[in-house]
Amino acid sequence: MLTLKLEKRLVPSRSMAYLVPVISFVLALLFGAVLLTLAGANPWRTYQAMLEGAFGTPTQWAAGDFYNLTETLVKAIPLMLCGLGVSIAFRMLFWNIGAEGQLVMGGFAAGGTALWLPQLAPELPGWLYLPLMLVVGMLAGAIWALVPALLKAYLRVNEIITTLMLNYIAILWLQHLYYGPWKDPQGYGFPGTAQFVEAAWLPRLIGRVHWGLIFALVAAFVIWLVLGRTRWGYEIRLIGENVSAARYAGVNIARNIVLVAALSGGLAGLAGMAEVAGISHRLQQGLAVGYGFTAIIVAWLARLNPFGVILVSVLLAALLVGGDQIQIVMRLPASMALVLQGAILFFMLGGNIFTRYRLRLTR
Amino acid sequence: MELDLFVSILTITVRAGTSLVFATLGEIITERAGILNLGVEGMMIMGAVTAFAAAFHSGSAVVGLLVALAVGGLLALIHAFLTISLRADQTVSGLALTIFGSGLASFLGQRLGPAGSPLVGQVGPRFEKVIVPVLADIPGLGPVLFRQDALVYAMYVLVPLAWFIMYKTRPGLHLRAIGESPHTADAMGVNVIGLRYLYTVLGGMLVGLGGAHLSLAYTPGWTENLTSGRGWIAIALVIFATWNPARAVLGALLFGGVNAIQFRLQAAGTTIPAAFLNMLPYAFTIIVLVLITWWEAFRKRVGAPAALGLPYMREERT
Repeated sequence: MLTLKLEKRLVPSRSMAYLVPVISFVLALLFGAVLLTLAGANPWRTYQAMLEGAFGTPTQWAAGDFYNLTETLVKAIPLMLCGLGVSIAFRMLFWNIGAEGQLVMGGFAAGGTALWLPQLAPELPGWLYLPLMLVVGMLAGAIWALVPALLKAYLRVNEIITTLMLNYIAILWLQHLYYGPWKDPQGYGFPGTAQFVEAAWLPRLIGRVHWGLIFALVAAFVIWLVLGRTRWGYEIRLIGENVSAARYAGVNIARNIVLVAALSGGLAGLAGMAEVAGISHRLQQGLAVGYGFTAIIVAWLARLNPFGVILVSVLLAALLVGGDQIQIVMRLPASMALVLQGAILFFMLGGNIFTRYRLRLTR
Repeated sequence: MELDLFVSILTITVRAGTSLVFATLGEIITERAGILNLGVEGMMIMGAVTAFAAAFHSGSAVVGLLVALAVGGLLALIHAFLTISLRADQTVSGLALTIFGSGLASFLGQRLGPAGSPLVGQVGPRFEKVIVPVLADIPGLGPVLFRQDALVYAMYVLVPLAWFIMYKTRPGLHLRAIGESPHTADAMGVNVIGLRYLYTVLGGMLVGLGGAHLSLAYTPGWTENLTSGRGWIAIALVIFATWNPARAVLGALLFGGVNAIQFRLQAAGTTIPAAFLNMLPYAFTIIVLVLITWWEAFRKRVGAPAALGLPYMREERT
């Protein structure tokens, strides 16, 4: 009788490593089609609307209208930065699930700087605003990640739970500010702070795409350099692959946890700074919309590769923009995008077995 | 007056803690079998939304409860298949389950109302308070423990039962064995793979039950983010409980108490901003987790099952 048997590969398959995420994406779309059909929607038309929502139509492009495409890039920016931050932490198996809160704290600190600096230091030249906001935003994100990192490094407190709990605290804190003490008195009761001075606006490249994109690309390159070309990067990878080997090799694990978490949180904080300085120009609802969670999927689909993160971020941003689109034009819940994200990750996790094992027909 | 206030706080404490007890108990059983399932938040919120939707359409809270059990079990089955059979990373699979469950719950919540409309704001059947005769009249304790809904009473039965099975019976010994040392258990003839599937699914069902208590009894109805992190708090409580069902009750009631105090302060019109009150459970989780981790390390105890999070491969001995 013929039977299927799993056989361990001597080396993980490289082609499968690339193929599995692609196939997972397709299978997730098929799963989504079933769900949409059950929900009484036409899957083909829904996906078409999502695609057009995310990238626009040829007629729009011919008319020089790239709005949808640039909006996808706008959403990709925080995903890239958070995804990079999360993936470097995941490299050494520090499970930072708190990118969302770190992003919020980065936005809070950068926004606070933009709001209060004109009063505190009126003579400060305008060109100093953005660099200051950048530093402060990154620092706030880093500090928000440092609390769980220190607890993990020195007391072995589970970082998954602490990073996650700090998300809720950060989000509530920011809400408190723009609903309460920082609310714009001239805002007609609208929850949000006053608009930042223009010196605190991040320059835009095309459409609403702002300098955050450049930050993300630079960050990806730097992380690639650090991971592949430096001793520190080697230590990070070693800890991720074999903690005891790293310890025997004399790697200071606690110090690396703290440093990597700070970098991870700093990148998420930078994402928050870029969001408030590049898009909203004030602190308001809509900063914490789940980028930090989607970043986990980004990191995993990209197999923690920094350039992969850039690519996958655009793809998942397209899903998000497409999700918003079907909410507007087809009255379907935008959370369809989240369902698809989760499904992609499921299929990829399942499919990963083919990178490490091969299927054999045996007699 | 003083006593009344105290009794009312304790009553809310029990009610608020019930969903946490179910979810924590479910995760304890799963982790005892060696499977870490971080999808509790996703399973719980799916349990909540499907329980309410099923109860709403069928007109029966019991049907809602059964659906939540099935949905929790099914979602846990995905995790079991991925991590046990396909040997996927348990941490990532659990996170995927939470993201997937939260997204799907939000999707369903917007479609499962009457004629494809949202469920938010609908009123459906619920588990009403059942006053236990005689017992409810015990001064002090009576109103706290015996003027509750049926699911609270189910909790009174389930927790000692789980404790008894886990520590005093042969199946319980097997459960602990497959989480501590699956190879030894296998050598003794215990079906490691089968039991890990069983307890992962059973754990998911209990988590679904926790979600059902939220939408059918505690705050009847459906709102977005109904669970608001309770699933994650449950995972923290597993550590607090050192994987022991009896201690899980203590932890869950502690959190129920935080909720009750939050409620009371809000009702009394405190000057503390609502945001800070709402932060309490999350800040409290971190503090409790730090203290228990420090305390267990101080006593040189490792509470976690030794094989927690590791895939079991018969052919690859480690």
